[in-house]
Amino acid sequence: MATITLDTVRKVYGGNVEAVKGVSIDIADGEFIVLVGPSGCGKSTLLRMMAGLEEITTGDIRIGDRVVNNVDPADRDIAMVFQNYALYPHMTVYNNLAYGLKNRGMAKDEIDRRVKEAARILEIGDYLERKPRALSGGQRQRVAMGRAIVREPAAFLFDEPLSNLDAKLRVQMRVEIKRLQRALGTTSVYVTHDQLEAMTLADRLVVLNGGNIEQIGAPIDVYDKPASTFVASFIGSPAMNLLKVKADGNGLALATGTGLKGPNTKGRDAYIIGIRPEHLEVVSAPGEGDGIHLEASVNVLEPVGAESYLYSSFADGGDEILVRVSSHARHEPDEKLYLRAAPENIHYFDAETGQRID
Amino acid sequence: MVTSTDYGRVARFTAVFTFFVTLLSLGIALLLAVKADKVLRGASSYKTLLMWVYAVAPPVAGLIGVLLFDQHVGPIVELFALFGWKMQIGVSYFDTSFAMIVTAVWKQIPVNFIFFLSGLQGISKSVQEAASIDCRSGFRRFWTVTFPLLAPTGFFLLIINITYAFFDTFGIIDVIVKNEPGNNPVTLVYKVYLDGFRGNDLGGSSAQSVILMVMVFILTIVQFRLIERRVHYT
Ligand SMILES: Nc1ncnc2c1ncn2[C@@H]1O[C@H](COP(=O)(O)OP(=O)(O)O)[C@@H](O)[C@H]1O
Ligand SMILES: [Mg+2]
Repeated sequence: MATITLDTVRKVYGGNVEAVKGVSIDIADGEFIVLVGPSGCGKSTLLRMMAGLEEITTGDIRIGDRVVNNVDPADRDIAMVFQNYALYPHMTVYNNLAYGLKNRGMAKDEIDRRVKEAARILEIGDYLERKPRALSGGQRQRVAMGRAIVREPAAFLFDEPLSNLDAKLRVQMRVEIKRLQRALGTTSVYVTHDQLEAMTLADRLVVLNGGNIEQIGAPIDVYDKPASTFVASFIGSPAMNLLKVKADGNGLALATGTGLKGPNTKGRDAYIIGIRPEHLEVVSAPGEGDGIHLEASVNVLEPVGAESYLYSSFADGGDEILVRVSSHARHEPDEKLYLRAAPENIHYFDAETGQRID
Repeated sequence: MVTSTDYGRVARFTAVFTFFVTLLSLGIALLLAVKADKVLRGASSYKTLLMWVYAVAPPVAGLIGVLLFDQHVGPIVELFALFGWKMQIGVSYFDTSFAMIVTAVWKQIPVNFIFFLSGLQGISKSVQEAASIDCRSGFRRFWTVTFPLLAPTGFFLLIINITYAFFDTFGIIDVIVKNEPGNNPVTLVYKVYLDGFRGNDLGGSSAQSVILMVMVFILTIVQFRLIERRVHYT
């Protein structure tokens, strides 16, 4: 068990591709950190630098008190779970788990004890003598987890370990990983592009965009107070509605048309407001209550079971807005819609930088 | 015929010849392939270079080999003379065998190299990375992960190389011993030719070729089985 500290870590590939641009994170002992962001934002690169699979261009990575920049991957006391599992195809499940322990000169009976214990926890005891090719995707995933936990390392590093599984198994393994990490209390860094996976697993989220950190925080804090329009649209599903607005007399209006009314609480000429789909309330008449009022017309009602998504747009075109409604709500296409967002549920962002305005 | 001492001697030489040619050409090619693989994994720009090597290496190396090791014009004899070894190719049994083996090995290395290299490139990068986390020693990692994963390619090449040493080295041997009068080492295949066309013993020669045919048959069966296994393995 250990802390992991990243101090302005940069990675430049081949002299010109700057994949990670000076990232600093302090990871507490036993914490579950999720690095989340769209494909190509540098998540894997960052994780692989922690593992020692990628050189660090500048900056320092510390595991515990030790700067590990030049420490061999095998000596960093970390275990990694790969997206494609990376099991040794020529070894049995037992040997896949035992390999790293044997190479560290551990006694045979201690290896056996650890492998059996991991097999019991992960319920792979019945396949110990099988080769990986004789296992299903889910079973391979468990073996990959087993290979990490037998090592009892200072930290687990996960690189999209669930993205090759089908949806149902993914949810099941997600819960299991969380439970296991809680039980073992091992510091973990988990990479994913799936914001739902990130929200459900993380003690703290690190939202990455183009090699930079956009925001670090507990999932609910990131959700409640996204630091930028990027985070606002990336975290939360369906994504937050973002509307460009401008000052109009004493109030606000859409930057490109009509259909929005509200107080100019920030006193600026132009900014972006964000409203989550679940914070838009369908009201019977325009202009009732404070906050922001919208007038739109229905495009499509999309039922997903527990709730429905109402896609609608303003009379004179422009942005489409998404409203979460009850699964029992009935709306016809082209129906006129009055929407309201309460003041506490409105997010404000700078029109140029996209940064949050408080 | 099978019991004749002459045939036994040639069979023994063929076995020794095959053993060394196979071992050395596989061993050296593997070493080179491992080095090349390290370089290639680092930079993708080398890939173009590799394609080039793929295309021209075997015929060019074969040509250079014959030139280099030709006992009349090749520089290899002179090179060894510098080190005080006066090679008497075509006269000394050992020197002649040596020249044959070296030439045969040289000619086969590029073929083996290409197969080994593509075998190495076929090993998943993340498996290698997982191994580098599990095992500090690169040497140990090679023998416990890379080499076993290369084994299907290795088995396949083993058969190819045995076949090569047996049958495809006829030209090399012919160049070296053709005009030499001495009691020179030859392989079984060359003996068929010697006995039949030089010694005019067509009966004995045909009997020998039947034995060789059986060997080809066995090697082919083994090869097909291995190819089947190879497909299953990956
Ligand atoms: N070996 C490499 N050589 C050059 N560029 C790379 C290499 N690996 C990744 N990159 C680039 O670095 C950026 C970040 O990649 P990566 O960390 O894999 O992203 P993510 O895991 O977030 O999808 C991408 O633009 C990618 O093209
Ligand atoms: Mg990635």
